[in-house]
Amino acid sequence: MIFHSILFERAEDGIKKETLEAPAFFVDLNLDQIIDAITADKQEYNLKPFFYTSLNDIDAIKYRQEIMQELGNKSLLENIRSFALKMNTMRRYLTLIDKLYYKYHKEGWFLEAVEIYCDAVNDLVHDLSLVDLKSRGFLAFREYLTDYANSGRFTSLLAETKKLKAGLSEIKYCLLIKGNRIKVRKYESEIDYSADVEETFKKFKQGAVKDYRAKLPAASGMNHVEAEVLNLVAKLYPDIFLNLDNYCAKNGDYLDETLDVFDREVQFYIAYLEYLTKFKRAGLKFCYPKISNERKEVYDYEGFDLALANKLFTENSSIVCNDFYLKGRERILVVSGPNQGGKTTFARTFGQLHYLAGIGCPVPGREARLFLYDRLFTHFEKEENIKNLRGKLEDDLVRIYDILNQATSNSIIIMNEIFTSTTLTDAIFLGKKVMKKIIQLDLLSVWVTFVDELASLSEKTVSMVSTVVPENPAVRTYRIVRRPADGLAYALSIAEKHRLTYDHLKERLM
Amino acid sequence: MKAFLMYRDHDFDLQRESPSNEQALTQDLELNTLLNAMALGDKFLLEVARKAVLSSLNDLDTILYRQNILKDCLKNSSTVRDIYGIALEVIENKKKHYYGISSRYPSSILYGSIEMLQMFVGLLKKLKNIADEHADKFESEGFTAFFTMLKKELDDEYFDSVQDHLRILKFREGVLISAELGKGNEGTNYILRKPQDRKQSWMERIFAKKPSVYTFHIADRDISGARALSELKDRGINLVANALAQSADHIDGFLNLLRIELAFYIGCLNLHGQLAQIGEPLSFPLPMAPCERRHSFQGLYDVCLALTMKQKIVGNDVNADHMNLVIITGANQGGKSTFLRSIGLAQLMMQCGMFVPAESFCSNVCDGLFTHYKREEDATMDSGKLDEELSRMSDIVDNITSNSMLLFNESFTATNEREGSEIARQIVCALLEKQIKISFVTHSYEFAHGFYNKNMENAIFLRAERQTDGGRTFKIIKGEPLQTSYGEDVYNRIFGMKTKERLSASE
Repeated sequence: MIFHSILFERAEDGIKKETLEAPAFFVDLNLDQIIDAITADKQEYNLKPFFYTSLNDIDAIKYRQEIMQELGNKSLLENIRSFALKMNTMRRYLTLIDKLYYKYHKEGWFLEAVEIYCDAVNDLVHDLSLVDLKSRGFLAFREYLTDYANSGRFTSLLAETKKLKAGLSEIKYCLLIKGNRIKVRKYESEIDYSADVEETFKKFKQGAVKDYRAKLPAASGMNHVEAEVLNLVAKLYPDIFLNLDNYCAKNGDYLDETLDVFDREVQFYIAYLEYLTKFKRAGLKFCYPKISNERKEVYDYEGFDLALANKLFTENSSIVCNDFYLKGRERILVVSGPNQGGKTTFARTFGQLHYLAGIGCPVPGREARLFLYDRLFTHFEKEENIKNLRGKLEDDLVRIYDILNQATSNSIIIMNEIFTSTTLTDAIFLGKKVMKKIIQLDLLSVWVTFVDELASLSEKTVSMVSTVVPENPAVRTYRIVRRPADGLAYALSIAEKHRLTYDHLKERLM
Repeated sequence: MKAFLMYRDHDFDLQRESPSNEQALTQDLELNTLLNAMALGDKFLLEVARKAVLSSLNDLDTILYRQNILKDCLKNSSTVRDIYGIALEVIENKKKHYYGISSRYPSSILYGSIEMLQMFVGLLKKLKNIADEHADKFESEGFTAFFTMLKKELDDEYFDSVQDHLRILKFREGVLISAELGKGNEGTNYILRKPQDRKQSWMERIFAKKPSVYTFHIADRDISGARALSELKDRGINLVANALAQSADHIDGFLNLLRIELAFYIGCLNLHGQLAQIGEPLSFPLPMAPCERRHSFQGLYDVCLALTMKQKIVGNDVNADHMNLVIITGANQGGKSTFLRSIGLAQLMMQCGMFVPAESFCSNVCDGLFTHYKREEDATMDSGKLDEELSRMSDIVDNITSNSMLLFNESFTATNEREGSEIARQIVCALLEKQIKISFVTHSYEFAHGFYNKNMENAIFLRAERQTDGGRTFKIIKGEPLQTSYGEDVYNRIFGMKTKERLSASE
């Protein structure tokens, strides 16, 4: 297999045109928050286009899942990180050169950049040779890398770099500064005078005293005096500096493009895995979902909203996990129940899981099977928009119409509290109409609604209800459970509180 | 170089935290009177005396080490005061000449350090001269080691080499710095070099291969160039400036430590002078190991009372060897509190290596000295009086260890006698089992008599003496607790006097 990219097995699958625009449903599902958080520390890699583009091929997803799973190997992850760090340093040096004035200074930093690049390549070759790789992606990459490292192009670059570096590091010179005059000559084994002075006064040492060393600015950049000194040093050692000139002229395009691309693309995995670390440490589970483009019997156990989890994590609050499953002909999860009970979160979770699975990532949950959709639609309540001159209800309907027009039977629709700006009778009527369309299309869907009637419309609908603590209905559990939406969940818990349930009454009326 | 006049092998730490019961000890033992007598108005002496007296030594060895040094001081007081004077000069000089190293720039740090070191060299020479002249009059291990060290470390050759450095470091010939090429060909690893002596003959000079040298000048008006040049120079001298400034600090530290450690002995000399004037006896105590139970003395008096009254006061003789519990009862205003204080003070003085106010004194060293005295009504009104007493007791229990010593003065009387004595009894019994040495002044007959009836081998009962006519001798004698504390005597004395006065007035 020939290595193309760590994100795409086949060259033709690659992203044609990278987009910086998030898919339409990102905001509704809070995926924007998730991806922002994941990429926040990796701005320089411009990873968002990778997260904004979903795959539409099961094998392409598996290619990534294998790689991501392989990176679960801590030592491999560390190897890649250390490679990335060196490449990063290299880029920093190259950027620096553009800002510098003096020739030997620029050349010096160029040499540093190439040296660290050579180290990056060599270290990674060595590190990967020690790892038992399984994923197609990494196996192909290792082969590519090893071939490259053995190529004449690279080995001669390496040899020249080391030789020059060694030559320069052996240079030792002396400055004699008096008044406004500097003399530059080779070093002649004069003794270290500071040490000599220190030795003389050693006997008075009384334990820790103040550090008087001035915090002189770290050596970066070069002023014209230092540059002139460097020029004189070059005169003292003319051969080495001539070699340096030639080396720089020759090796301008030393960087291998495939490695450069790899360095960026592999950060897609690392960024995602790093983001999961804190949640894993808190005991939350992630899994690699089974993906099917045929079976719509999806499930996820102990899943959660990754965006909300991040927020709760920073607030030190606990995170509630929820399960769902669809069996047989079940297609639509209708979620009802008390407000602020986690219904919207549940709906978002469903969407997030599918989206993240579709870009080859592990998803929140202990075990999951998800559907490879062609398109994902969300319909969340929007602010009234004065510009479209339509009423809110009409707006709702227009949007739904558009969605249903574009959707295929392989699409997913997530609806959140629509038809709120009309009477209940209307809402029931409209809801049933839309629901029928969805049922006809055999769409996978989550529908958050206050209209209980929708929950039992067909064998394809499954009713789920947000729950409260029976003893105190004001306290939400944020658990969403499969239960008939009889509007009684809430009333029942109040009855329990007053000991008026059937069981209670039986007991009390004995 | 270390003075080591307080400990054989380490410095006296003025910053060490005081024991948690510092305040109680100071208040209960009237410690300030003692400390002020040592300080004679000198704040610094007061600080050192306080620290030394309160941080008791537990090892006999160091106590004797200090005792011997103090004996030397008493014999050679003027020499010791001279040495102390040299240490004091540092502070005066700094004040007068604004010596100091406070700059961000290596060149000015270097300049300041050279100035400072010149001054220190002068003082060290003086010190050395005293050592040369007077060392043979000192016998203690501490002083002998100190003088030997001065002679060994500060010989003439050493002073010469220091002067030599101070001269070279003015860099009249320019600053010689070596450097290497670091990352990006930037100069790095700047190291100051000592120029090689050019002691070649003219023949050698002519035939020696001339190394190639390139020179350039910074133009006169090139301000940024001049700044760059001085930065370069600063890189070169940064380490040596640091080394020199730190050396100055070290010498400063040495002289400061000498000042601190001698300050304790100066304080002792001051105290000694005052007590000698009153004619009170002083003696060097015999410390015993913490696990032993020794407490015997003759002519022990309350040094603070003597200092306050400026006259000789009554001393007491007691032999309480092998005792864990001393219960003191007896006449009101009979000298019980004074006696208890004299015990505490002598213990503290012994355990800092000082002489004690007694004709003779022998006691085991204790791990910690604690006092629990009846206090004035709590001004803050936060807690009831018994509550306050018990909370203080609880604090003590948090900190006390075996072989500590605890002085109670009329404790647990903020309730009726039965309850108070029961509380006291339980506390004392528990403390005794923990091997804590207790002296308890009490009016509580029930408490005192309860212990008396136990016929304990390790308890002794003392009583403030009362003459049959009700007169007080202020002597503490051995005797069983009595049911009365002769408050009536006091009453009679006061009221009797008033009656007499009235009678004489009416006459």
